[in-house]
Amino acid sequence: MKLERSSPVTASRKSPSGILGFDEITGGGLPRGRTTLVAGGPGCGKTIFALQFLVNGAKEFGEPGIFVAFEEESRRITANAESFGWPLTQLRRSRLLFVDAQPKLDLTQSGDFDLCGMLAGLALQAKQIKARRIVFDALDMVLALLPDLAARRREVYRLHDWLMAHDLTCIFTLKSGVGEPTFTSPQPYGFMQFMVDCSVILSHSVVHGVSQRNLRVQKYRGSSFDENESPFVIGDTGFNVAISRILGQLDAKVTQERVSSGVKRLDTMLGGGYYRAATVLITGVPGTAKTTLSGAFAEAACRRGERTMIVSFDSDGSEVIRNLASVGIKLERFAKSRLLRVVSARTITGSAEACLVRIKALAVAHRARCLVIDPVSSLSNSGSEVRAHGVAERLIDWSKSDRITLVCTSLLNEIEGQAVGDSALHISTLADTWIHLNYLVQAGERNRGMSIIKSRGTAHSNQVRELILSNAGVTLADIFTAGGEVLMGTMRWEKESAERVAKEVSEVAGKLKLVTLDAQQAELQVRLKAVQTELVAKQVEKTLLASTTASRKAVTLRGSVRMRELRGGDAPRRK
Amino acid sequence: MTAASRQAMYKFRLFVAADTLNSAQAASNLHALCKAHLAGRHEIEVVDVFKDPKRALAEGVRMTPTLLKLSPGPVRRIVGTLADVARVMQTLGLDAEAA
Repeated sequence: MKLERSSPVTASRKSPSGILGFDEITGGGLPRGRTTLVAGGPGCGKTIFALQFLVNGAKEFGEPGIFVAFEEESRRITANAESFGWPLTQLRRSRLLFVDAQPKLDLTQSGDFDLCGMLAGLALQAKQIKARRIVFDALDMVLALLPDLAARRREVYRLHDWLMAHDLTCIFTLKSGVGEPTFTSPQPYGFMQFMVDCSVILSHSVVHGVSQRNLRVQKYRGSSFDENESPFVIGDTGFNVAISRILGQLDAKVTQERVSSGVKRLDTMLGGGYYRAATVLITGVPGTAKTTLSGAFAEAACRRGERTMIVSFDSDGSEVIRNLASVGIKLERFAKSRLLRVVSARTITGSAEACLVRIKALAVAHRARCLVIDPVSSLSNSGSEVRAHGVAERLIDWSKSDRITLVCTSLLNEIEGQAVGDSALHISTLADTWIHLNYLVQAGERNRGMSIIKSRGTAHSNQVRELILSNAGVTLADIFTAGGEVLMGTMRWEKESAERVAKEVSEVAGKLKLVTLDAQQAELQVRLKAVQTELVAKQVEKTLLASTTASRKAVTLRGSVRMRELRGGDAPRRK
Repeated sequence: MTAASRQAMYKFRLFVAADTLNSAQAASNLHALCKAHLAGRHEIEVVDVFKDPKRALAEGVRMTPTLLKLSPGPVRRIVGTLADVARVMQTLGLDAEAA
């Protein structure tokens, strides 16, 4: 429980209620040793609020309490409260006392009276159990018997003084009409609003046919508090006040850890996957495989051994598992081993707030680390849009602070191309990653395209990819753009095969060319060798020729000299 | 009204809160009533809730002053100053007697 959140300084002046959300609103609980007025119409939860304050005090904070019932018999109150699982029987032995103070039916009244008798008895009982807290439930029942306003006022102040003297933290519950007191129509117990140190107003209204409960702290002497109306739900464990993050509250711890989206290429596109504890929004028109994509995430989470919960507003749990199995997402064994819980939320009725509380409770009970809500836009279907937005905000806030990775799908209106619930939920601005799925109708085909619209803190691919579902699973394919047009489906396939053929042809042609060139090179080399050989031969021939010419010249010269000598006619020529 | 009840002893127990105005008024109203209608056949026990809160608890007395008529007949409980004599007489079953 989130009980130790308040700082020790304020806690000493405040009495923690232990009611989810309420202690955050008031910064620690009700004013200690003072009186608090809880007012509201019938069925607002005044008694439950007051009783829970006592039960938590006795159970969690070691402050025994007394419950003074003026209207309902305490037996009935405890019987009703048993359904919240509070250990009343155990607490009643020593730490929780119920006092029946209903005016007796056979009582005759004659003239003015006071409440001293009750206070004398209570003083004794408070001493016996060392009570620190006290609740006067439906005080108006006994006040109504008093003859005039002055007497009522006197008794309330008597009570107030008595409480102060005994240092008890007190809650008065009081029925109030519709709306708040105004100057023109003061409420009969308006003076109490001024007397008490803290005033809490509970209301229960119907907005667009949906029940809506609100809690508002009207005043709190000597303390700051959240002044807005906060929706609340009376859930399985009692009161649950919805609060948004209050300024100054610690931020949730961030992490660099990535978790797989269940689709390998999508992980790559996102730079490794979704961030742990991130909120992922998948939008798209009906049938664009939003559920499938979120199912892939769930499967991947289960494979990692993380406890996962799928909340489906569209189909039953078993249907979800069967349908996802058709695209190779096998969740059945995880569901069997209870690692995965599939919840059909079609049966959850009530306001968006109530839905959120139920989902939270289920997720906490399942200890889910990964959560899929399909589609989250269903939340905005019930109740007012403003509320639904607050719900989405709190959903994300909660999942972040509990470090739950949340994948929501959201339906888009096909005709308008706008998110059905998105305008109400504004979840797209809050989500960390937004993946959009759409159809591309072309050449008589409808193909699924996927793009990442945003992904905070992550470099992500800007390209549209084609999402292909087969019984082997979910894959992403590159898409082709040709002449400014995006090709998908069979056109992409055709284009792909055409490219493949063209590539093969060009490869073959290349190889052929290489072979030809090799041959030519070899031929040239052979020719080069031949020519070189010939050149050598020629050179040899030329040398030979030169030498024979020289020797012949010499021989000829020598011959003519000899001839002349033989003839003896001429004198030998001198040079 | 039977003859028996006419003779019966009236037993009262009055729970008061110390000497608060309401309680003092109730006590004096009760004494006046008894003197007028039940002279010599009444008993009044006054219990101060502050001095004896256990008895107040045991009797389930929340509001003071509270008058209990213990006998004769069924126990009756009247809360307040007992200022409305006619109403008190009626509750105690004394109206017929007075008439």
